[in-house]
This record gives sequence, C-alpha cells and structure tokens, in this order.
Amino acid sequence: MTDLTPVLSATWDAEQSWKLSTYTDHGGYGALTKALGMEPADLIAAVKDSGLRGRGGAGFPTGMKWGFLPPDDGLPRYLVVNADESEPGTCKDIPTMLSAPHLLVEGVAITSYAIGSNHAFIYLRGEVVHVYRRLMQAVREAYEAGHLGKDIHGSGFDLDVTVHAGAGAYICGEETALLDSLEGRRGQPRLKPPFPAVEGLYARPTVVNNVESIASVPSIVGKGVEWFTAMGTERSKGMGLFSLSGHVAKPGQYEAPLGITLRELLEMAGGMRNGRPLKFWTPGGSSTPLFTDEHLDTPLDYESVGAAGSMLGTRALQLFDDTTCVVRAVTRWTEFYKHESCGKCTPCREGTFWLAQILERIEDGHGTDADIQQLLDTCESILGRAFCALGDGATSCITSSVKLFRDEYEQHIQQGACPFDHSASALFDYDSAPAPEEAHA
Amino acid sequence: MTYDGETLAQLEKDAAAILGRYPVARSALLPLLHLVQSVDGYVSPDGIAFCARQVDLTSAEVSAVATFYTQYKRRPNGEYQVGVCTNTLCAVMGGDEIWRQLSERCGVGHDETTADGRVTLERIECNAACDYAPVMMVNWEFFDNMTPERALRVVDDILEGRDVKPTRGSAKVAPFKEMSRVLAGFEDGRADEDQGLGEPTVVGLKAAREQGWEESK
Ligand SMILES: Cc1cc2nc3c(=O)[nH]c(=O)nc-3n(C[C@H](O)[C@H](O)[C@H](O)COP(=O)(O)O)c2cc1C
Ligand code: SF4
Ligand code: FES
Repeated sequence: MTDLTPVLSATWDAEQSWKLSTYTDHGGYGALTKALGMEPADLIAAVKDSGLRGRGGAGFPTGMKWGFLPPDDGLPRYLVVNADESEPGTCKDIPTMLSAPHLLVEGVAITSYAIGSNHAFIYLRGEVVHVYRRLMQAVREAYEAGHLGKDIHGSGFDLDVTVHAGAGAYICGEETALLDSLEGRRGQPRLKPPFPAVEGLYARPTVVNNVESIASVPSIVGKGVEWFTAMGTERSKGMGLFSLSGHVAKPGQYEAPLGITLRELLEMAGGMRNGRPLKFWTPGGSSTPLFTDEHLDTPLDYESVGAAGSMLGTRALQLFDDTTCVVRAVTRWTEFYKHESCGKCTPCREGTFWLAQILERIEDGHGTDADIQQLLDTCESILGRAFCALGDGATSCITSSVKLFRDEYEQHIQQGACPFDHSASALFDYDSAPAPEEAHA
Repeated sequence: MTYDGETLAQLEKDAAAILGRYPVARSALLPLLHLVQSVDGYVSPDGIAFCARQVDLTSAEVSAVATFYTQYKRRPNGEYQVGVCTNTLCAVMGGDEIWRQLSERCGVGHDETTADGRVTLERIECNAACDYAPVMMVNWEFFDNMTPERALRVVDDILEGRDVKPTRGSAKVAPFKEMSRVLAGFEDGRADEDQGLGEPTVVGLKAAREQGWEESK
C-alpha cells in the first residue's frame, strides 16, 4: 500500500492557510533564503537531479527546460507561470492557489533567481475571481515582507511579479498561445521552433511552467534532492496531486508519490459511490485516452500509463460508473474541443466541427452504420496533422472509446436512441417529469 | 468618446496603473478590457475606443482580440453571470438537469439575460472544480455540489434582489461590474473572506493523517 505524501497540500487545512504569516509559521520562504545563497547553475542542477517533470500535462523535465535558456546577454528574460488550468477534469492548481498561494510565489522567486529573470508573470484563467484575490494579496504581502521587489533578502536580486487574469479560452493553456495572449493578442499557438526558451514572451528567452511544477520547487530546494527522489518511480520522481472526481465516494485532492495506482487511491477515497462498478476513467484529463477497470493496477507514472496506451497528463482522474453512457460523455467532450478550437489550422477547426456533428446524431439516435467509421477516419485526419496538441487531444476519447465500447455506439444506432437513463448517473433525482435532453449549445 | 469627464479621468488613472505592470503596453489589453467591463457592464464601443487609445491599436484590432475571449461580453451583461458547468463530468453528475431547470425558471437560454437585467445565464466549460461536481459559477465564484433546488434558490435570491453567498470564496458575490474590476487587477480587500474548508480540497490531507502522516516528517 502506497501512503499519501502531502507536501503542497500539507497546510491547506491550517487557519487562514493562504496568509503569509501562516506560510512562514510553517517554514515558508526558508527555501528562498537557501536558494539565494546558492549559485543559479547549482539550483538548475538540483532541479535536474530531482527528476521533477512538468506537472502541466506533457511531463517535460523541468530542470532541463531551464537549462535550455541561452547564456545571459544582459537583456530581459522571463518566467511565465501557466495558471490557466482548463483541461476538463483538472482541478489541482486552483485549490493550490486558493489555499497556499505563497507556495507558488516562493517557487516563482526561486525559479526566477535560478534562470536570471527579473520579471515573472502568473497567467491565471479569468474565471476564478477569488483565486485572483488571493494571488494578488500573496504577491503584495511578499513584496511588503521583502520576498519580492528590490534586493530580496539582501541578496542583490530584484524581482517583480505580475499576476495577470485571462478572459476565458482553453487554448490559452497551450504555452505559446498563452504567450500571445499575455502579449495582448488572440490566444493562438505559435510555430515551434523557436521554442519559448529561445524566443518566448516579447521574443525573449522565457520559461513557461505549470503552477504545480513551480510550487514543487521550494520543497526540493528546502528538503533536498534525495528527499524528492525517494518518492515515485524510476523515471517519474516525486509527489503529485491526484484529483479524483465523478462517481467516487470521496472525490478530491490526494497527494501521493507518482506510481500510486487507482486501486490504492480508490480505497482511500471510499470506493465508487454505492459500490457500483467502475466503467471508464481518464488518467490525465479529457485529452488522454480512456481507461477501464482493467487499468486499476496500472502505476500512475509517465512510463506505465504511456505503456498502457494513455497519458498521465494532469492526473485528473474522472471516474464514471456503469450508469454512464460513454457516447454521451465523449460527445460532450467533443463539443468542448469544437468550442475551444482556436481556428488556426484546418484539421482541428473543421475536424472537431464534424466530429461533434456525427457524435450528436449518434447520441440522439439518428446515426447510421457508416458513422462509426466516419468518426475514426475524421480522427485520423486530425491526429498528427493539427498545429498544436489540442487537435490531437480531441481525438483521444473518441478513438479509445470506440475501441473499448464499440457495442455501445452500435446500440445507439440500432435502437435509434440512447439506451441509458441519464438521471441514473446524476447525484440527485431528476424532476418527476423529466424533459427531453435540451439541444446542444 | 461619450464618457463623462469624471469617469474618463478615473479610467485613465486606472489604465495608467495597469500599463505600469507590463514592460510592453499591449500586454495591458486584457486587463483593460476587464476594466471597461467594470464601468460599462460589457465591452462597449466606447470601451473599445478607450482601450485602443491606451495601447495604440485601432478599434478593429481591439475588437478582434475581445471577440476571441468568452468573458468579454458584446451586449450589456446581467448583474449576475450564472454559469452552469455542462462539460462532461458535471453534466453527467447532474449539470444538464440543473441547466434545464435554471433555463426554465429564468426563461432564457445560453448567453441570454433576463428582462430585468439581473441574470445572464451561460453554459460554461470545466471550471477546475470537478471534485465538487456539479458546479455552478456566479460572477466567477464557486457554487459547489449543486442540486436543482440549491441552484434555483440561488437564482431566486438574485432575481428577488438578495445577496448570494458562494460555497467556496468570498462572503458574498460581487456584482458583475465590481467583479470585473478585480479581474482588471485591482484588489478589493476581500481576499481573506472565506467560507471554510471544502471537503474535497482537504480529503486527501485527512486520509494522510489517518495513515499516520505528520507535517514535520
Ligand atoms: C490545449 C492545451 C491546453 C493546455 N493547458 C494547460 C494548462 O491549463 N496549464 C498548464 O500548466 N499547461 C497546459 N498545457 C501544457 C502547456 O502547453 C505546457 O506544456 C506547460 O505549461 C509546461 O509546463 P510544465 O512543463 O511545468 O508542465 C496545455 C497544452 C495544450 C496543448
Ligand atoms: S490544433 Fe486546434 S487549437 Fe491548435 S492551432 Fe490548430 S485549430 Fe488552433
Ligand atoms: S467538469 Fe465541471 S468543473 Fe470540471
């Protein structure tokens, strides 16, 4: 049995956990003092040695990313924190920033020092106003206490931090779209290369990292590389937040070493609601291929999840029991991708439109036998041909669900209707006289 | 430009503060658009012209940016933006039924406003609160673990002019314009307001304590 390892979440139930005083009472900003006494290159080496991999979905080694910045040319370079958290199922960065914003601010200060940045940005999705309040307050408190601003802790290092609110667009979580958005443009992905490390914000060297990646840095610096590498598996080191949602008895944030299994997590989370069977789940958000109960013992690390045909992604475990219609679930996700497609490239813009059309008619009972193949063909035209990973991600739930639950698609087509009672999967009883499902927006 | 002198003076003062946060002026555009929503309740033609002047773009260029983002409203918004998450997880857990009942009660559909201008209803995408599904957002504050009854009560309170309280977040939901001013990056002194711990946020921490975990370890 793998035990939970609260690190980022360790203080979330403390009185006024978001305040600077609470954070410093628990040792906060000690790691910053330690870091400022080190050489930046040694800090980068430590994060490399820790094996920390990006927690925003792709799992790229964080220290290696920092190391890609070209040598200092005396001109600005930037740290940009990706706090856009919008991948369906993902709900870990928001509670982190709401409950412990200083963890992120301290991580920002240490990282900026390591990469030689004097201006960092936190790009927060705009749809969470109280989180923005907490972040702005945390940054102000940190300035007032000398953890940000001029000559931090007397080290001679200066850092300004701007907390920026977006305005509602999933694609702005993609790092280059985020940079365009932060520059005051429509949030559309840029061609890579050049990578942000070479030409990022304002065409200057830029590190873009996820909230959880940056929030993990103070503990690595404070407690040491060995402490971190003692957790996790061979190539997936450390702890991470596993976010359980859906038909589980006790949904929520479970911080555990990478490599824990869903079976272990479910045991801690009280099992599936009413003991019903698990039907399908996403290991890392809606862009990762679906798993079933056959994957209860797959270690949730990058390699094992990949080998089993999916992706660890953001560890957003959305669990659905046997009352759930997989066609309905996949249709809704597809409508999301259609809505959020930025329109820059044809395969994704047109493809997600057609995928949604086909899925809607299958779910409504108007599908034909040819539709399933049409779905797969359309996915094939998108996968690998889209300009950014949104397009690829849109195909994951479709291709995996057809593979796993083809009979359910066929049932919709043969019966001319959805075979499921949608009210059975809700947490409450529907109205006594249920109206037909409303038109899709 | 039809802002009166006082409004314009305040807008220019605020815009200067926003511009001061960025090394390159154009980066101020998103917060400036939130700022004009805090004055006009939507991104008005005047607001677009104002933003364009601040960042030295044409009105057409500013419009092209504003229309990309769902939070910028092209028509006067209701005082309370009520968003029901109907992305897959919330929809399955009951969000679809909550949406249906709210839409029926308000007599409006997606992105439409009640005749009295109190409520704009919206189907929203995943708001990063799936562990609290089904989720509703009112002016971008969390209303977690909704049922049709709870959601209807919130909407009735708004329609009848009463304040509403989120389940996680501040002590009461700020009206749309006030909320937009926060999104423009102006603190409103309410960061310490809190509704107590949400169970899903700390459930793992509690489970760890039961396993014998202690913070100092
Ligand atoms: C469509 C799309 C949406 C994304 N959304 C997010 C997001 O909300 N937060 C995030 O940290 N990364 C997101 N990413 C991944 C980022 O592009 C990038 O890999 C990440 O911010 C890098 O940080 P990390 O290395 O610390 O994970 C998204 C990627 C894509 C393609
Ligand atoms: S894949 Fe989709 S989101 Fe990405 S650039 Fe193409 S149209 Fe835009
Ligand atoms: S699906 Fe509704 S908050 Fe994530």
